[in-house]
Amino acid sequence: MFDSLSDRFDSILGRLRGKGRLSDSDVDDAMREIRLALLEADVNFGVVKDFVARVRARTVGQEVAASLTPGQMVVKIVNEELTAILGGETLAITFAPKPPTVVLMAGLQGSGKTTNSAKLAAWFKKQGRHPLLIGADLQRPAAVEQLQTLGARIGVPVFSDPSDPVTTARLGLEEAKRTGRDVVICDTAGRLSIDEALMAEIGQISDTLQPHYTFLVIDAMTGQDAVNTAEAFHATLELDGVILTKLDGDARGGAALSVKEVVGRPIAFASTGENLDEFDQFHPERMANRILGMGDVLTLIEKAEEVFEEEQAEEAARRMMDGTFTFDDFLEQLAAVKKMGNLNSIVGMLPGVPKELKNTNIDDGEMARVEAIVYSMTTQERTHPEIIDGSRRARIAKGSGTSPSQVSALIKQFGEMQKMMKGVMGASFTKKKTKKNKKNRKKAKGGRVTQSKKQRALTASSPALQLPEISEDLLKQAGLDDAEVPFGLPGR
Amino acid sequence: MTTVLIIIVAIVLVALALLPFAHRAYTRRSGAVQQLEERAKPALVDTRPADLRDDPTPADVEPVEVVEPPDVAPSFVERLTKARSTVAGYFGSVLSRGVDAETFDELEEALIRADVGVGTTTELIESVRAAAKSDNISDSRALVDLLRTDMVERLQRDRSLTTADEGQTVWLFVGVNGVGKTTTIGKIGQRLTTDGSSVLMAAGDTFRAAAAEQLGAWAQRCDAELVRGAEGADPSSVIFDGVQAAWSRDVDVVLADTAGRLHTKVSLMDELRKVRRVADREPGVVTETLLVIDATTGQNGLTQAKQFTEAVDVTGVVLTKLDGSAKGGIVFAIENDLGIPVKLVGLGEGPLDLVDFDPEQFVDALVGWDS
Repeated sequence: MFDSLSDRFDSILGRLRGKGRLSDSDVDDAMREIRLALLEADVNFGVVKDFVARVRARTVGQEVAASLTPGQMVVKIVNEELTAILGGETLAITFAPKPPTVVLMAGLQGSGKTTNSAKLAAWFKKQGRHPLLIGADLQRPAAVEQLQTLGARIGVPVFSDPSDPVTTARLGLEEAKRTGRDVVICDTAGRLSIDEALMAEIGQISDTLQPHYTFLVIDAMTGQDAVNTAEAFHATLELDGVILTKLDGDARGGAALSVKEVVGRPIAFASTGENLDEFDQFHPERMANRILGMGDVLTLIEKAEEVFEEEQAEEAARRMMDGTFTFDDFLEQLAAVKKMGNLNSIVGMLPGVPKELKNTNIDDGEMARVEAIVYSMTTQERTHPEIIDGSRRARIAKGSGTSPSQVSALIKQFGEMQKMMKGVMGASFTKKKTKKNKKNRKKAKGGRVTQSKKQRALTASSPALQLPEISEDLLKQAGLDDAEVPFGLPGR
Repeated sequence: MTTVLIIIVAIVLVALALLPFAHRAYTRRSGAVQQLEERAKPALVDTRPADLRDDPTPADVEPVEVVEPPDVAPSFVERLTKARSTVAGYFGSVLSRGVDAETFDELEEALIRADVGVGTTTELIESVRAAAKSDNISDSRALVDLLRTDMVERLQRDRSLTTADEGQTVWLFVGVNGVGKTTTIGKIGQRLTTDGSSVLMAAGDTFRAAAAEQLGAWAQRCDAELVRGAEGADPSSVIFDGVQAAWSRDVDVVLADTAGRLHTKVSLMDELRKVRRVADREPGVVTETLLVIDATTGQNGLTQAKQFTEAVDVTGVVLTKLDGSAKGGIVFAIENDLGIPVKLVGLGEGPLDLVDFDPEQFVDALVGWDS
């Protein structure tokens, strides 16, 4: 989502990075471009002004650390300021000593309150809690039905009462206590911040519920008005945080940057897709890295650890090295990668991946097609693709609902990939032999080390950061390095 | 210990292996767009007043008079005054001084804060700056008027909603999630039935839970017919059924709802292309494809408009939720850059809170001018 913003920052700061001396005009140009990039990303006008002023002030007065070039210093300052704006640390959710823990959802119409109430309930459920959803949106036709359907899908009970929102909230809370639910999430009707009657009503709901957390749901595509909305809701409700929705689009999410800065409340959760599990806590420091094109390796590692089994991965790596990586292994990897979520978002988390690769929209439907082709091969064909002749190819195409040329494209591509993997894996295995690297890798992987150490480990020399060379290599070999023909691959 | 490295390599491998396929999907898509462009435009009925109808160059005629909404419906300005108080004063300081260097900065800030966007704002400010220089304008009120006139002039377009001469008129509603497509259909349905037209609503949002119920509630409210399918059904088939039913029952207009979708989702945009194709099949004629945009939308709105137009040839924009504090400046950029007219404006949740777009009032409200 923040990718296009990160592209901009990348090119702006890239020009500074290598410079040993920065002239005033260098800094001026960079600041102007940063301002433009932020405004185009919908960051609030006032926030941009302050941000640029702060970065400039720090840049000018700064002693340059001995180990850094002035350019790198600017990058570092921008990174620190971005992290500060995004909210520093991840909001830790604690539970009320006397259950239930009550969560109130508020927001404008269409920001995604109902869907995200259900997503939040699913998230709590995954934490081992027993949530109850209250449907207090009695305004929009069929809003309660929507919540009930979603509740049924995630196995969370939904309470609603046709009387009025405040009564519904009160009865819902009683219901939760009676049935021993330890988390209550109250969905409310969308309302405009300038609608006094409805704002008073949500104030009453809040008084009734005495929520432990009040979240404002904001659409990532929101423009300059996000700040006004957040301020108005904050004045009535004392917000605890923001839930940012629809981050899976190509909006640059400037609203996210602004709200924390102006209202002083962090982004607690972010929703990244239409499915109910595409929802997680928001990690500001990782997002700042991502905006600056440093990737989001921590999230990637977390996700990977959820789905990959170490032994299986080791085995796959061994095969890659000997070049005996088969279509079966490929399927396994594909399935595991698929479990990690949308392929585009994963590629977006990798540090230093070239734009050509990042901007390619890999559709899930296309992944299914590739899978279908492999599934249509016999066991022997999967281990020895070289035996596939014209008639086998026709059969595979028929079986997978594709064309013979698509089949041969995949096979050819796979063959080249095999060769490449062999080379790349061999090279990187020699690289990682130093003891220092090994230690860092341990740090980067383990959840026990503190955040700052984690960060340092990553920026120092974690294996993931060696990827830039790897992927450039890959692209070159695949004929992708030429920006003019990003798809110069077989099958074209 | 090597897990992480392997995983990352595996991802790159998978991604690279899929590239040619992504490329194929892309070429297929652009092919489809070309076909779409080549397809003959359906015959449209001219709904403009009779005295304008015979004009051979509709682009050159004065824009159609904005029809005053029924008495009970709120006027644009009335609804906006509430929101206006929050921005009033942007121009206070500009107007109280003569024209100086800061004047232009402040005008720029006001436009950017209204979501007009940096590109369009710069264009506007430069044009005013040039005009001010050549006319030697030193009075700030005259300068503001210059900008205002320039902006209104850029918003001169035909905003009529068309119906089909022959065949079944279909108006298709598209947009990202949560912009208010279903509510807009409800309100348009109300307006059409009040005017004596018969309406059928086709519940093409088969994805979001209870979307059809929501549309059903509106259909009941304004006495329109409703055609719906099962949850998860193919939206094209639901809309096709709607068109067939409307044709056989001699209904005037089919209002076809679709599920909200982000313009970046390739498969969902393909689905939408299919919906449009199928809705356009005999006897159906899609005369309007209306992109619904939320007034709070920022710069992403321009991308949305581009992508949806490329996919389904958008004929107009419905700007919703303009009764809030958001200014909806992005539609100025959409109209200015892409030439897609804003046809309707949503000013509230009531059935009558949908009015025709009025460029002058919109521009006034955009930057909080006193009109």
